[in-house]
Order: sequence, then C-alpha cells, then structure tokens
Amino acid sequence: MSVDTPAKVIPAARKITTKPRVSDQIFRGVVTTFSFSALVILSLIALFLLLQGFSTLREQGFGFITHFEWSVATDDSGKEVAHFGLQAMLVGTVVISFIALIIAVPLAVLTALFLTFYAPTSIKRILVTLIDLMAAFPSILYGLWGYFVLMPMAVYWAKLINHWFGWIYIFGVPQPIFTRSPFIAGIVLSVMIIPIITSVSREVFSQTPLDRIQAAYALGATKWGMIRAVVLPFGSGGIVGGSMLGLGRAFGETVAVFSVLNIVFRSNFQILFTQGGNVASMIIQKFGEAGKTEINALIAAGLVLFILTLLVNFAATFIVTKTVKSGR
Amino acid sequence: MSDQTQNTPTSSLSAVAANRAETKVPGSSPLGTGLEARGVHAWFDKHLALEDVSLDFSAGTVTALIGPSGCGKSTFIRTLNRMHEFIPHTSMAGQVLLDGKDIYEPGIDVTKIRLQIGMVFQKPNPFPSMTIGENVLSGIKLAQLKIDNRDELLEECLTRAGLWAEVKDRLGAHAGGLSGGQQQRLCIARALAVKPKVLLMDEPCSALDPGSTLRIEETISQLSKSMTIVIVTHNMQQAARVSDYTAFFLSDGGPGQMIEVGPTNEIFSRPRDQRTENYVTGRFG
Repeated sequence: MSVDTPAKVIPAARKITTKPRVSDQIFRGVVTTFSFSALVILSLIALFLLLQGFSTLREQGFGFITHFEWSVATDDSGKEVAHFGLQAMLVGTVVISFIALIIAVPLAVLTALFLTFYAPTSIKRILVTLIDLMAAFPSILYGLWGYFVLMPMAVYWAKLINHWFGWIYIFGVPQPIFTRSPFIAGIVLSVMIIPIITSVSREVFSQTPLDRIQAAYALGATKWGMIRAVVLPFGSGGIVGGSMLGLGRAFGETVAVFSVLNIVFRSNFQILFTQGGNVASMIIQKFGEAGKTEINALIAAGLVLFILTLLVNFAATFIVTKTVKSGR
Repeated sequence: MSDQTQNTPTSSLSAVAANRAETKVPGSSPLGTGLEARGVHAWFDKHLALEDVSLDFSAGTVTALIGPSGCGKSTFIRTLNRMHEFIPHTSMAGQVLLDGKDIYEPGIDVTKIRLQIGMVFQKPNPFPSMTIGENVLSGIKLAQLKIDNRDELLEECLTRAGLWAEVKDRLGAHAGGLSGGQQQRLCIARALAVKPKVLLMDEPCSALDPGSTLRIEETISQLSKSMTIVIVTHNMQQAARVSDYTAFFLSDGGPGQMIEVGPTNEIFSRPRDQRTENYVTGRFG
C-alpha cells in the first residue's frame, strides 16, 4: 500500500437480510408460540397467586414468614382476627429437604459412578430404566409405601439413633414418639429425588474428556484414583446442579410428605420427633376446611413456595450451565 | 524446502539422521534390558488392526514409529503400556516384555506397569482443575507414592521437560492458562515425576507449532540419556532428528504390519524394503 493515498474510506457495515420462505416463517411462528406458552402459563400462575394472596401478605406483612401461629378466630365484636405465619412450615420444609439431600446425594453419586464406569452394558440398561421409572412413579405410592412399609422400620432406626446419639440436640426428643417425624419424611423424599440427581450426575460424568481419563490411567492411577482425580472435579458442577434440582422437587413435594409427617405449627429441629412442617403439605391439610380469609392465606403460602422453588431452580440451572461451559 | 533437498529427499533425511550423535548400541546401556514386543497382534472387535509385530526397544534408545495413517502404529504403542484395552471390545495377542517380564501376565498389577511405562498423548491433556505444580505431582498422588522432597522433584521434572524457567514463578496457577506447547511439556514433566523406565509418545508434537515442536525434540534428546523412548510421528524430519532407530509400519488395506526396522540413518539412506523407500522419499503417504 502506498503512503500517499488519501484517508481510507471505511464503508458502513452492510445490513445483511434474508427472506425466508413462507413455510419456514410459519414453522417459526408455531415453535415460537409454543415455547412462549410455557412462560405465559408460569406468569399467569404467579399472577394468580399474587392477586389472591395479596390481601394476606398486606395484612400479615413480614410476619407471614417470621411468625409461626396459624389461627382464625372471631373476637367479641364479631370481627375476624387472623394470625398466619409460615415460619414453622418453612423451617420444616428446609429441614426435611436437607435430610433428603444428605441421604440422596451420596447414594445418587455412587450409583451414577457405578453406571458410568463399572456396570456392564446389560445391567446398565436395566438399571437406568428402573431409575428413570423411579422418577415417574406417582408420589402417593411413595407416601403409602412410606407410611405402611418404611415407617415401622424407620421408627426402629430412629430409636437406635436416639439411643446412641440422643445427647446431640437434633437427635434428642422431648417425648419418645418417633412416628411421622421429619426424619421419616426426609427418607421418603430422598428416595424420590435420587433419580434426578443420579441422571444429571450420570450425564455429566459420561462427558468426562477421554484424554483426561487416559492421562490419569497412564500415570498409574487405579480406577478409583482416576475417578477422584478426573471425574469428580469435572462432574462436581453436575452433582451440585442435580442436587439443586432434587432440592427443588423436595421443596414442592406434597402428598408423599403429607402421608408420613405430623404437621405442627412449631419450628422443630429435633428431626426424630413426631413434629414437623412442610408448606405444600400444610396447604393440602388446611385447604378442605378453610374459610375465605384462610384460603387467601394458603394461596399466599403457595406464592412463597413458588418463589422459593423458582429461586432454587434458577440457581440449579445457573450452576449446571456454568459448569458445562467451563468444561470442568 | 530448498532445491537440493527436493532433488534428493532421502539423502537429506539421512544426513539429518547421520548428524545425530553416534547411534547407541542395543544393550550397551546400564538401564536394564528395555522393552520387547513379541508377536503383538491387536483387534478392534473382530477387525485385526495389527499383525505380528516384534520389536525390541533397547534401554536408553529412542525409537521412532513412522508410517501413513491407519497403519497401526498408534495401536501398537498403546499395547506397550496396556492402554489399548481401555477401548471397549478390543483384544491383543503376543507378549510385551519389560525387563524380561510379560506385562500382560495374569495377576500382574497393571497400575505398576503404567508407572514404569509412561505415556504422552497427541493432544496435551493436563488436569485443568489442578495447578501446574499439582499436575506435575499428580502421578505421585494417584499412585500413592512417597516422596522425600516435593519441591526438588517438581523442579527436576519441570527442568527435564524444559519448562522450569517459564513456570517457576507461577506453579500455583491453573494449568489451563499455559500455551499448547507448554501444556505438552507439562504433560511430559508429569509423566517423568513417577520415574518411568520407558516413555511412550504418541505424536506428541502434532498439535503444536514449530517452535514448541523444537523445544520438545530438545527435551526428548535430553531424556534419552536416562530412559527408553518410543515416539510415534508423522513427521519424518522429526524421526530423523530425534531417533536412534526407526520402524516403518504399513497397512496394505489389511492389518497393519511392521515392514522394517533399523538404525534411523539406514532407514532413511538405504532401506531394505522398496515400500519403506517409497514412503521415506515421499512417493506416497
């Protein structure tokens, strides 16, 4: 290029357009409509919960989350006096879900490792089908199983734990009643969330780059050593993401928990004792005999649960995508 | 390439090979008897990919495996430290002897074998979740070996791999931040840390730029003083530059076979087999 050329004229970027065919435009319209319908439905549900629950939220204010009484009474002047507080239910929901995670995560991760790295193809196929079936199982059946089969056994385990570890606060009980406790509800929930955690972990484990696996083996690693050095660091995001998805399900689970938990409006951290809380189950329990004011309160409780679940799911999605992108 | 080399490519390669220090005499090294392949066959499912390869790798020598793609040289090198069996539905026949002992013997601890026969892969594959220092020592940790002086070993391995000067101030940084060539040298350092007797290199420079390739070739020359090296390469110049012996592999549509093996300068100057000559003179492949 010569030196004395006049200042270069850089053209404005061209606008690149294409004219799609009509058939393509129609298809585009159809898929766009359907994909947005999910968003619309979700928004409408949120709107409904907000509108119906708003009166309660306004009346109870922040106490709706921090108080734990739940009562509607009529005073001498005939005016309705309502106290609605979700604290015990929220605490209970978190406690039960946490118990479920503690049991489910190790089991699910070990299962996923077995399926990905140890199981022969035939066994793998059968197990994957069964585990997927576990996820599709109706929750009332888990509830019935929990009540009739698991509970008698779990009461025995609870007594054992209480006998040996009762000196730790959370394993103590004010009275020796061990049925329908957060512990039992947690076990039932753990069984329900194992499939989702297993399948997400398995998916991530199976994407472990082969060259890293080979690198570990070529350095004289045992299979377990390879898994610890390569697969678990790579898959940790998937484990966390899967657990969060499981947590999302655990938060919202209603029927199964309802069958095996004694719902009491008092925050209880003694997990072996027959007293617990769960927002979703509480809504079911109160719904049948609730008056208008209480119905609004229950819907507001639903809104709180909705937001909680949404937050957990967002966090899960965020963690999973971030992990997949970074490839670690 | 200059005009002269275009006219007589064979002699130019043999000149490169002859420029190397004296070819080592097998068995002259005090490093053990080396590695011997005896009648090695390899299958993928029912497909025979490698037929009857017998090859001695004398201790302290560098052997290059050359040949066109699909000739079985990568398959062969992977049978030498039992990495071949990681691919599902593969099988092998024959023996691979390390210091006279068959590494495929039933009941042998294969992890111990791989500690003695290290491997560097085509694509650099450091562990991205570990720091540079942790990568080098990862083999020690994986094999649960005891070491006296961590820092000393770290410096020694990185120095031998020709990477120490570049990374000594950031051993705690993650390995993903290194360039491709640096990552490959890190992988070499990692392989060296467990003190293998043999180092297998499967096209270690094919993903690297010429500068990095040169650094790795220098590294190979340094390492060959203390260990046995087998290197698969597509680059004949590289084979001529770094190896004492060269083995030529070829598949005529059927299973890959070893056509001939000999001191590198002989393979490039006066190969016994016409097919070898055709390949090294660039008439095909």
